[in-house]
Amino acid sequence: MLHYTLRRLVAIIPVLFIVSIIVFMIIHLTPGNPAFLILGEDSSPEAVEQLEQQLGLDKPKVVQYVDWVGNIVTGDLGASIYSEQPVSEIIGERIGATFSLMVVAMLITLLIAIPTAIFIVWKRNTVMDPLFLSGSLLGTSIPEFWLALLLVLGLGVAIPIFPVAGYVPISEGIGDWLHHLLLPGLVLAFVEIGLIARMLRDSMLESLNQDYTKTARGKGVKESTVLVRHVLANALIPTTTVIGLTVAGLLGGTVIAETIFTIPGIGQLLIDSIHRRDYPVIQGVVLFIACVYVLVNLIVDLLYAFLDPRIRYD
Amino acid sequence: MLEINNLKAYIDTPDGIVKAVDGVSFSIKAGETIGIVGESGSGKSVLAHSLMQLNPKPPVFYPQGEILFEGKNLLQLKEKELRKIRGNEIAMVYQDPMSSLNPVLKIGDQLMEAILTHNPMTKSEARQRAIELLTDVGIPDPKKRLNAYPHQFSGGMRQRVLIAIALACNPKVLIADEPTTALDVTIQAQILELMKRIQEKYGTAIIIISHDLGVIAQMAEKVLVMYSGRIVEKGNVEEIFYQTAMPYTWSLLRSLPRIDSEAHERLLSIEGQPPNLMNPPSGCNFHPRCPFATEQCKLVDPELTERSADHAAACILSEAEFEEAKKRIETKDQERGQGHD
Repeated sequence: MLHYTLRRLVAIIPVLFIVSIIVFMIIHLTPGNPAFLILGEDSSPEAVEQLEQQLGLDKPKVVQYVDWVGNIVTGDLGASIYSEQPVSEIIGERIGATFSLMVVAMLITLLIAIPTAIFIVWKRNTVMDPLFLSGSLLGTSIPEFWLALLLVLGLGVAIPIFPVAGYVPISEGIGDWLHHLLLPGLVLAFVEIGLIARMLRDSMLESLNQDYTKTARGKGVKESTVLVRHVLANALIPTTTVIGLTVAGLLGGTVIAETIFTIPGIGQLLIDSIHRRDYPVIQGVVLFIACVYVLVNLIVDLLYAFLDPRIRYD
Repeated sequence: MLEINNLKAYIDTPDGIVKAVDGVSFSIKAGETIGIVGESGSGKSVLAHSLMQLNPKPPVFYPQGEILFEGKNLLQLKEKELRKIRGNEIAMVYQDPMSSLNPVLKIGDQLMEAILTHNPMTKSEARQRAIELLTDVGIPDPKKRLNAYPHQFSGGMRQRVLIAIALACNPKVLIADEPTTALDVTIQAQILELMKRIQEKYGTAIIIISHDLGVIAQMAEKVLVMYSGRIVEKGNVEEIFYQTAMPYTWSLLRSLPRIDSEAHERLLSIEGQPPNLMNPPSGCNFHPRCPFATEQCKLVDPELTERSADHAAACILSEAEFEEAKKRIETKDQERGQGHD
């Protein structure tokens, strides 16, 4: 297990290297002079030159890259051009909201998707299955922003059960925190529920036809035990990959949800920074999101080993 | 103890109804071993799974017949009552040990599940029983092996574990569906020995299903030969092997490699494919492939008729006609064989 973990960790290094290059290039691949873009059209050449020096844009690109990576490794992501606050600090302030939103969305997804899949597989020979298939397709096809607006209108304005916007940190009460996050969480979860439930249903049906399922039935165990202990336990292995990708995908989805529900998170920060052409912050946020992706994938790999003993002892 | 009367198991497929088991009758007593032979697609696995009611319903359904276990018709029992019999009174050993154990559960947990499903025991008692069972089937160091996962076992070891699972509740009937097909020859011999020893120890009735006549000869006292969902010949091992009365059985036996045959001799095969069970041929199901077939065979569907006390065959040829036809074919083969040399 230790060996496996180490191997996975080593495999991350080249990924992070490539990610860092791409993020670094953001500033150079956008058309036009970054310093000019930041300062605006009326800026004087002197001011542009001064900003270029400040940002280090006058040095060769390789040197810039090495400096930049060197700073990142020591935890220095640079400072915002707009507020001059360190980028790591800005991200630190925003991460709580985004993370809360992701946790709530993921919990809603799993709490609905897994029982639904089990139920559908249990009722596989009834009309429930085709109903579920079209339902999950519909769920996956609904655009997030549309659903978000619909939910705000329905459950925020017409029947005001939930607040239409805002965020309360968990430190100010878990009830209030959850109350504010349920609607945006539901919006994010909606697309994923259909996807994960569908994936789990397919894996379960496949596992249902395996010989070990027959062995379990042959022992005389209850159908519910067969479905959960034997079928689900095996079907979760391929589904974990999709769940991992979902977690990472949620991070992208938060951009929309945070904007509509005005939640001060990473997604909103990214949008604001793009509007302000605040390159250090954009780079910092994109790098951060990429790292979360990588981290989630690592967790999925380790979870795999936990779920599947064949991997553990390799 | 177990009595099957005119059992029919059909499969409802999008293309039509497949008559996988089409009117099979036989019975088995305690301590007895019955062998069922037949080629792939003859319906022997569907038959085996019928006895445990393990065929998926749908698509499999049972339009007719009864499976009487100690007087109860399994076809009429509710799922809950069936569960009390499955794994407890009637247990099964499966064809492919590599895929028949759950890869994510420890051997011990899978074994203890079989024990605890039918016995009110504590976990530690079940554990003790699991160790006994593993010892019984010849797995060394059973205490430690309980914590192993299936992928850490070889095929032969996994089949031993599956036999241990089947034996967990001392079943009265053990159904072995091609138990050695996926194993190599030495392991095959060990597994068959193990099953025999267990039968002697517990008086278990064994139904062994195989396409391998060698396995059947070694294990069974009575043999049922299956072809396209029906029993075409049944009798004692000696009768089936030495007083063969049905052309299909005879062809099967002839296709076996013999220890005294020359290395360059070609193996004899049965021409053609097993019949399409959705649309079986007219008359006798075997007639398109039968070397003795006459015009009559296309019209008449022969019943299983008695040849001697326990021996029955489904063929319109009389014993004398059959003997004569066999001789004719054997001489023809010899001539052809010499022609090749």
